[in-house]
Amino acid sequence: MSISINKNKCIGCGKCRNVCPGSLIKVDSDGKAYIKYPKDCWGCTSCIKECPVYAIDFFLGADIGGMGSKVHTEKKGDILSWIIQKPQGDSIKIDINQKESNKY
Amino acid sequence: MKTERLNTDILIIGGGTAGCYAALTISENSDKKVLICEKAHIKRSGCLAAGVNALNAYIVEGRTPQDYVDYAKKDADGIVREDLLLTMSQRLNKVTHRLEQLGLVILKDENGKYVARGNRNLKINGENIKPILAQAVEKAENVQVLNRVNVIDFAVKDNKINGAFAIGIENDTFYTIDAKAVIIATGGASGLYKPNNPGFSRHKMWYPPFNTGAGYAMGINAGAEMTTFEMRFIALRCKDTIAPTGTLAQGVGAKQINSLGEVYETKYGLTTSERVYGTVNENQEGRGPCYLRTEGITPQQDDSLIRAYLNMAPSQTIKWIESGKLPSQQNVEIEGTEPYIVGGHTASGYWVDTNRATTIQGLFAGGDVAGGCPQKYVTGALVEGEIAALSAVNYVDNSKQGSIEQSDIDKHINEVTGFITKKTSPYTTEQLEEAMQTVMDSYAGGIKTNYRFNEKQLDIADYKIKQLMSLVSTLYAEDFQELMYIYELKERLTVCRSVIAHLKARKETRWHSFAENLDYPNKDEKNFNKYVNSRLENGEIKIIIRDLVQGGKEYEHIN
Ligand SMILES: Cc1cc2nc3c(=O)[nH]c(=O)nc-3n(C[C@H](O)[C@H](O)[C@H](O)COP(=O)(O)OP(=O)(O)OC[C@H]3O[C@@H](n4cnc5c(N)ncnc54)[C@H](O)[C@@H]3O)c2cc1C
Ligand code: SF4
Ligand code: SF4
Repeated sequence: MSISINKNKCIGCGKCRNVCPGSLIKVDSDGKAYIKYPKDCWGCTSCIKECPVYAIDFFLGADIGGMGSKVHTEKKGDILSWIIQKPQGDSIKIDINQKESNKY
Repeated sequence: MKTERLNTDILIIGGGTAGCYAALTISENSDKKVLICEKAHIKRSGCLAAGVNALNAYIVEGRTPQDYVDYAKKDADGIVREDLLLTMSQRLNKVTHRLEQLGLVILKDENGKYVARGNRNLKINGENIKPILAQAVEKAENVQVLNRVNVIDFAVKDNKINGAFAIGIENDTFYTIDAKAVIIATGGASGLYKPNNPGFSRHKMWYPPFNTGAGYAMGINAGAEMTTFEMRFIALRCKDTIAPTGTLAQGVGAKQINSLGEVYETKYGLTTSERVYGTVNENQEGRGPCYLRTEGITPQQDDSLIRAYLNMAPSQTIKWIESGKLPSQQNVEIEGTEPYIVGGHTASGYWVDTNRATTIQGLFAGGDVAGGCPQKYVTGALVEGEIAALSAVNYVDNSKQGSIEQSDIDKHINEVTGFITKKTSPYTTEQLEEAMQTVMDSYAGGIKTNYRFNEKQLDIADYKIKQLMSLVSTLYAEDFQELMYIYELKERLTVCRSVIAHLKARKETRWHSFAENLDYPNKDEKNFNKYVNSRLENGEIKIIIRDLVQGGKEYEHIN
């Protein structure tokens, strides 16, 4: 369970670094965000939800059954969309209206 | 290293659930200055970072606060503080309404009434519960927040707290903070035992890996009385992702079954610890793995579950999608986690009076760090933040501020300097942490021994933990982040030692799995229908056995 940050997309805004509950994300001298110890990630997805340019992906480690998909979120108004990109290329998008409660 | 001295009326350590609510309460009810020190950033720190799926503690229509007390008491087989449970239960609904006012979405029926899940839960959209709380704190008057400031110790003299010491992990600063009162709200302790997945996904645990038991450790070291550390919490969770199971069990009514398809939960009982124990036993007797029976639920239920999990434990949804099998097509495998110490689920933590005052003058506790009051969850943590805040305000109005002694400051600065000026050490912090987890796993009832232990093993655990403690002073840190890791290790070792002492002191087995003592496999109602408390005296843990506080009575500290 961890994240990877795409340096080419990162614009160095520092928002991801702000929210990490483990203070795991730092910004490099080149102004780009990086995670020093990927093993320390809790997988809370806080950083992913902050990134304005979708530079952060979330993935499950192989030791807990991960199959290589990459996940990010996009937010428009009250809709939080989760995009799960499978390694085969196809992707799934799940929209959640944040004004609606869970059913269970 | 820079040094800075700060001054406030009330210092709140930990800007999580209880800490944020304490700050709001003080701001609304007094003109006291508040300083929150938070090791991460209050927007997404602590238990609420990923979001939660329900409010687990609410008094639904037709029920009373006393019903909640009775439920929690039964689940803990008697070892609770009824005064704490009752004062919490009486305010659960009030804090819930407040959360809604602040912006939390709670499910309502067509008449505008909350929709309950079972007898005690409300359905919500809890993905953004922490940002909602944090935003309110940022707007509150007289409240200052220091993010990325990790508190390392209290400044206590003659059993009275005068402030605390902290390190700024991103600005290389050592802080001395003078305060008239302190509220400790650092949550519980994870990472004491070897986790379910010790490799790459070692931090994919249920409880936040960043809540390292700092509050417990500082209290222990300052000589505060602590309670019920032996009542460990082991969560029954979805295998691998360690995602919560309540949504499946209570939400869609999925039953616990073994690999033969038999429903086994009724065989062992339905308390929290019995559910874990049953699962362990079915596995041991060759009927594993165990599952929550979700096969056959409707596609609509699948869809709702997928969304519900994205709002609190996204990895479970990803797992369903990656495996190509939704819960309706495949039962969800479950397992017990490694043991945690968490006063919001079980009863471990500070021994407090009814007003949430600890045994150290001027120090108040709320949330997972406070003992005696299990099943408090989010709303209970908010209530305890509120009660602790009101008590702290009252204390400040009626007492004189003490001062932190220069020798105490020097001692802490020297310790920090020692860690950052060394250049080599025989072991790394990570190695010692892993060694600690292995010791706890093998000798203090971890996953390896199916949570069971005997006294001989506990003695070995105690010996080895003390050895590891003696190695801490040899560690060194490249930067302040690593310095924080050294302090986290120290905290965990301190908590481990107390947990071992408590496990040893309760010479009975009252809660299967949570405290399963093979030398005393039965319950001993005569000698142990009591609290096991402890206090550090001259470096030794002194056990104090106390009679239960009877229902309907308030509790005040007596010497
Ligand atoms: C994954 C998960 C899911 C849950 N789901 C639900 C649910 O659906 N419903 C429900 O009702 N309850 C749920 N709970 C329980 C509930 O969230 C907790 O009981 C409650 O939030 C605890 O509040 P707290 O204030 O004690 O701890 P936290 O909110 O964790 O706050 C502790 C804070 O202290 C900070 N801190 C720690 N050490 C230091 C230090 N040395 N210096 C400075 N700061 C420090 C931490 O960073 C953190 O911000 C869940 C818990 C977890 C872990
Ligand atoms: S997922 Fe959470 S713990 Fe992991 S890096 Fe992002 S914010 Fe930090
Ligand atoms: S939030 Fe995104 S763009 Fe901003 S620093 Fe982080 S990775 Fe880079």
